[in-house]
Amino acid sequence: MRIVFDLNRCLGYAQCIPLAPDALKLSGEEAVMYDPNPDDSQRQQVLRAVASCPVQAIMVDFRDRGNGTAS
Amino acid sequence: MSTATSTSDRVADLVTSFKNNGRIVIVGGSLAGLRAAEALRDEGFNGQLTVIGDEKHEPYDRPPLSKQVLKGWVPGDHTLLPRAREVDAEWRLGVAATGLDRKTKTVRLANGDQVPYDRLLIATGVRSRPWFNKAEAGLKGLFTIRTSEDAGRLQVALAAKPKRVLIIGAGFIGSEMASVCRELGLEVTVAERAAAPLIGALGGVIARVAAEMQREAGVDLRTGVSVEKLEGDAGGHVRRAKLSDGTTLDVDVVVASLGSIRNIEWLEGAGLATGFWGVGCDAGCRAFDVNGVVTDSIFVAGDVARMPHVLYEYQFLSIEHWDNAVYQAKIAAHNMVSLEPERKPHLPLPRFWSGQFGVNIKGIGIPSFGDQLVITQGSVKDRRFAAAYGKRGRIVGAITFNHGKWLEYYEALINRSAPFPPPAPGYDAPAEMKPIPAEFPDPRTATALPTVVLTGHDPTDRAATFEPARR
Repeated sequence: MRIVFDLNRCLGYAQCIPLAPDALKLSGEEAVMYDPNPDDSQRQQVLRAVASCPVQAIMVDFRDRGNGTAS
Repeated sequence: MSTATSTSDRVADLVTSFKNNGRIVIVGGSLAGLRAAEALRDEGFNGQLTVIGDEKHEPYDRPPLSKQVLKGWVPGDHTLLPRAREVDAEWRLGVAATGLDRKTKTVRLANGDQVPYDRLLIATGVRSRPWFNKAEAGLKGLFTIRTSEDAGRLQVALAAKPKRVLIIGAGFIGSEMASVCRELGLEVTVAERAAAPLIGALGGVIARVAAEMQREAGVDLRTGVSVEKLEGDAGGHVRRAKLSDGTTLDVDVVVASLGSIRNIEWLEGAGLATGFWGVGCDAGCRAFDVNGVVTDSIFVAGDVARMPHVLYEYQFLSIEHWDNAVYQAKIAAHNMVSLEPERKPHLPLPRFWSGQFGVNIKGIGIPSFGDQLVITQGSVKDRRFAAAYGKRGRIVGAITFNHGKWLEYYEALINRSAPFPPPAPGYDAPAEMKPIPAEFPDPRTATALPTVVLTGHDPTDRAATFEPARR
């Protein structure tokens, strides 16, 4: 799947990090590092992380969108 | 009345006809080109859309290249950009545009093809500046970084545990790469001609903080020096670097991080306002011709564009920032299919981020437009602070180190040209808020190129000499 962070919009609340720890990492206190093309096996975690962002800074490919809790 | 109505009807018909049958060509297949293509379809453009890109890959994201990719976490070809929507377009990737004929309205490609357009978007971006010595530029172990292949090759070289890496140039990308080298446990020297890293973007006061961060992380940071010569071994692999201070370094990997060159060569002879800082355009993204007359059918977006900004005394800005490419592409797309009353201006507050040495550096506005700064929040010693930059009593930019949540506060102040020094934000204010000189280098020296450059009309900002043709 494909994601991109708008790291200007990202304010470093880091809500997303624990929800998808294999795809998202925090460097220091507020600098987010992410895997732009995480493996499809991580879809659920990544979509939950996307939904958790208080400023909606994570964009998901339209083909990868969907209900993060769906099977 | 009836004439007026029928005229507006005819214009409306023309717009509808263009939206359904027109031909739009986007030259540039990266971030700006992709977002423009998506926006054109969102705007109801149903005509023929062609995207031309010299790289063979579909559009990918570059900021992760100097961080996640070099670290070895993300493969170089795994930064493909997410799509906002389906885009029905002809993607001509892997073939560069080599010419523009405005009379026949065609773009010439490297393979000889001619692609006709009714409206053209120039989004050819920049490339990395190569090492200046052509003989040395062929040395193995010498890298530049701009493309995913560049990053992939450099990652392999770093993973091979070189004894010492030399990074030439301490701008944002050079500094990020130095950070990655230290995270990988590699010995790294950074050579910077200016007095400190990031000095063009942050000024001397804050750049000294960036220098301390590098040294505390174990970077061998050398400022005020240039690299004069690279020497290879018998196998043509770089082994030594000679510095202007007379010292010699034993190195296995050298990265030339010398800023960028705007991709305008293909426009030679087209009569557009092209130059060192890119393609001049108005705030509505319409390109200027060489005489400063605005064109009707050619638009510009992204790193290659330079446009006037009302907040900065109508000086022309060249902005190599990620979100400028995104937003300018959308504005350009909108204006390409809209009539004059509906056209929108692209008046962004430049903004950037850079993750390095565990610190999130963010900026808004144009700090280098200012000449003074004041630490408004937090503590420089703790690497958690906000600094506001001012010029003649108004705030023009702000920088935060691990204090990004407050950037919006400063954005609002800059947008309304609030007084400088700004009112205390009422949280985490230092004991003393005293404006001090920001210590930006003389912009006429070509040593430190910041990522937002004011290129405009003030002759002291960027010396340009007009030499009339001699007869």
